[in-house]
Amino acid sequence: MLHYVAGRLLQAIIAVFGVLTIVFIVMRFSGDPTLLLVPEGASQEAIDVLRTELGFDRPVIVQYIDYLRSLSHLDFGVSVVQRIPAFDIVATRIPYTVLLAVGALIVAVGVGIPVGIVMAVWRSGWLERSLAALVLTGQSTPTFLSGILLILVFGVMLGWLPTSGAGDLKALVLPSVALGALSMSTFARMVRISIVDELGKDYVRAGRARGLSLAGIVCRHVLRNAAIPVVTIAALEIGNLLAGAVIVETVFAWPGIGQLAIQSIQSRDFLVVQVIVLLISLVYVVTSLLADVVYALIDPRIRLAQ
Amino acid sequence: MRAHATASLRAARRRAGRVPVAIVVVGLILAMILALAGLAPWIAPADPTRQVLMMRLKPPGTLTASGQIYLLGTDDLGRDLLSRILFGAQVSLVVATLSVLVSTLVGVTLGMIAAWFRGWIEVIVMRLVDIVLSIPAVLLAVLTVAVLGPGFFKLILVLGLTRWPRYTRVAFGQTLQIATLPYVKAAELAGAGTARILLRHILPNIAGPLLIIATAEFGLMILFEASLSFLGLGIQPPAPSWGSIMSVGRQYVERAWWIAAFPGCCLFLLVFSVNVLGDWLRDRLDPQARVR
Repeated sequence: MLHYVAGRLLQAIIAVFGVLTIVFIVMRFSGDPTLLLVPEGASQEAIDVLRTELGFDRPVIVQYIDYLRSLSHLDFGVSVVQRIPAFDIVATRIPYTVLLAVGALIVAVGVGIPVGIVMAVWRSGWLERSLAALVLTGQSTPTFLSGILLILVFGVMLGWLPTSGAGDLKALVLPSVALGALSMSTFARMVRISIVDELGKDYVRAGRARGLSLAGIVCRHVLRNAAIPVVTIAALEIGNLLAGAVIVETVFAWPGIGQLAIQSIQSRDFLVVQVIVLLISLVYVVTSLLADVVYALIDPRIRLAQ
Repeated sequence: MRAHATASLRAARRRAGRVPVAIVVVGLILAMILALAGLAPWIAPADPTRQVLMMRLKPPGTLTASGQIYLLGTDDLGRDLLSRILFGAQVSLVVATLSVLVSTLVGVTLGMIAAWFRGWIEVIVMRLVDIVLSIPAVLLAVLTVAVLGPGFFKLILVLGLTRWPRYTRVAFGQTLQIATLPYVKAAELAGAGTARILLRHILPNIAGPLLIIATAEFGLMILFEASLSFLGLGIQPPAPSWGSIMSVGRQYVERAWWIAAFPGCCLFLLVFSVNVLGDWLRDRLDPQARVR
């Protein structure tokens, strides 16, 4: 087990390292990185001063090592637009995105898992078919489209819920639904597949032969076994939700890190964008690491197979 | 002669009968969208970029004094929404097709090379796959477009280069399997070069699973292009894209619902059709993949 965890940890570290490198390369892609960091309309002298100040006149490899060193001190640089550390700007926005992600996860799990169970247990009925259509609809609707439709119906036509900003909990409802819809479909599909798999196994047939009810078998045995793959999906979905937040927060003017990312791109504040990309990727890597470890803890076959 | 004709007709009908109605419907929707997009220059009632400031935010079905009708209304600059949506379909389909081609080309090449040569090439390529997969694709695309600046070909490159790892994984696994088969060994012994073996003998045998991924990715690419354009990072105005039309629609959602609603419907219909068709294709080509 320890061996497996260590191997997986190493893999995660390499992934984080790779992400840092890719972000570094992308930021240097555009030719002169100084131009990305100066406010628009800066004079040539200001650009030259900043270039020397930031060390962009040194060889790339030196810059790369320096970049890694400052990141290891949690030094993400100072926003050239607001003149305060880029990380502090992002930090004030994090709670909003966490709130939104939790809301979306509640929607996705709360709707997706029951829908998946129903689809698996009552196969090939009208209920299954209409739920399958619902799942496919969720999967084919981009978050900005579902967001605008929700605004149109519940905000403009019915006037029940606020359509932008983060006033109270009521303002959280529409963004959570819009963000959660896509993950809901993923959960429903995975739960369905996982349960259908389990239902085909011998112990279910044995239970039925002994006169147990299908509902009893599903509740007591099938759900527990089927839960394992779902744990992995849940962890991966957290990363997807954070990425989706970029769009949903823009649609609903929700003041989280996603909206901040787009605002920072528009104001060419690339160090802030860099922090956000690193942060979300880190969460993504860590959650999938945790999922794999939990998976191996629950199911010994995984770690033995390694 | 006649009996033969009816028999073959019956056989044809039986074959057609195996295609579910839903697939026929989405196939027709898809064909219609393709046709409308292809014919956009001839059937669009107006120039999609021509602004008529007197006719801003007019609802669908508005008739002008000169007798022109705005079937789907106008946008915030008085441009004909129907024409913009028709040309937007072109943009959407072309960007998605080209970026799927780019990512397939990159992904399959890397996957096959990694599987064929193994060793350190495999380690590097497959690690790179893990790394790229650990950055959410939308985010990577957003960052890259933001740094590179928007543009039609840049958009295609960015989309293509962020979405290749799935192809690499499949091409790698499949090539590993095929490469051990006797006929590949035979070709090698007969003196065929690496390129020839990979392209002539292995690629055709792994094309099925790759096609399944490409179909699923096509739907995703349409969504990505629309999302990036919605965020203002994709196709730049005044060129029409469903995503950018909808971002205008978001601003005017309280006064002019049609600006967001119509391109939204088109986007949904297109992606829905592609997804349904992709699922069906996957079930047909690879019955075991159903469970996945």
